[in-house]
Amino acid sequence: MDETLNELGDYIAATKGEAILGHSIAYGELTVIVAREAIVDVVAWLMDDPKGGFVNIVDVCGVDYPERENRFDVVYHLTSPKRNLRIRLKVETDEVTPVPSITPILPGAGWFEREAYDLYGILFVGHPDLRRILTDYGFDGHPLRKDFPLTGYVEVRYDDEQKRVVYEPVRLTQEFRDFDFLSPWEGTDYVMPGDEKAKESAPPATKPS
Amino acid sequence: MGLTPTPAPAPAKGPLVAERPRGLVDAAGRPIGQDDRFFMEVNGELADKGFFVATASDLITWARTGSLMWMQFGLACCAVEMMQVSMPRYDVERFGFAPRASPRQSDVMIVAGTLTNKMAPALRKVYDQMPEPRYVISMGSCANGGGYYHYSYAVVRGCDRVVPVDIYVPGCPPTAEALLYGVLLLQKKIRRTGTIER
Repeated sequence: MDETLNELGDYIAATKGEAILGHSIAYGELTVIVAREAIVDVVAWLMDDPKGGFVNIVDVCGVDYPERENRFDVVYHLTSPKRNLRIRLKVETDEVTPVPSITPILPGAGWFEREAYDLYGILFVGHPDLRRILTDYGFDGHPLRKDFPLTGYVEVRYDDEQKRVVYEPVRLTQEFRDFDFLSPWEGTDYVMPGDEKAKESAPPATKPS
Repeated sequence: MGLTPTPAPAPAKGPLVAERPRGLVDAAGRPIGQDDRFFMEVNGELADKGFFVATASDLITWARTGSLMWMQFGLACCAVEMMQVSMPRYDVERFGFAPRASPRQSDVMIVAGTLTNKMAPALRKVYDQMPEPRYVISMGSCANGGGYYHYSYAVVRGCDRVVPVDIYVPGCPPTAEALLYGVLLLQKKIRRTGTIER
């Protein structure tokens, strides 16, 4: 299986040349990193090429790496029913740079791209109907970004005077508490259950005095 | 369960013992309630006059508790337990608690599951369409107070922020038995507080 994928990866890299920034195999899955401008071309070619036949779009999703300059990855998963193979394509982008939409060639990607736009704010150019799909009407922000606050900005309540559901700024009676006993900067002064043996190899983190 | 017939015990070797009473029969072998004073009074009155007298509010609450139609508002996994309660095992219809898919013809709404911000106006609209008197059962942690999603950006922290709730059923999800108990408590509440105008 790995040999087939390796061969396929080399073939894609050799054929598409500069459009392919790299490819690797991890856990028996082929990942190809594609230049942003070339993604439509690469997907169209993967669909039509006799060695490809990747006509089935499984997923289009986003990943947020806030520390990176191009903070978002757009990840495409494609399946080839003809060759019984799967492939993963990755494209880098940021908040303002649009990614060419593959919806015109693979209509199944339409809602996936809308989802990535909704939850990450990734823009797709050439999408026929790029609007929010999951979040509330008039929602502000992109909730799966790492800098989006967990509780958001608004909460709803029924107002008896206005006779309708109104939006108000979030007011929490109790703040969210994160019970992370393995906090890397605080550490624990006792041995966690199951960590008895780990102490011998690495000394436990000492508390700053 | 009390009503299922238990197999008769094997005949004892010693003195002959009466068979264990089964079904709606008390320990002495007579029908249960035969010597209940209230039952006897009502029975006597009916046999004597052919009618008996009760307050109108008792009659109304009796009718109301006996034919509660519920609007299913299944939003998440709690809905599966809500379906279960209307299935033959718990069979909530024997309490006159029948599912009704239209808000205009239902008396109770069971909010079963996570109420999201986007769903809240729709829930309120359905509630507003129900005729008075109307009751709400909030089912499960999410509907009671947000539950697991209490700190989420998209979830209403308790459906009582949107509709007035009569009965809260705790659990994640509550068992069908717990919901059935909530239904019985609602009937009790109606009997206790029921008036012609609510």
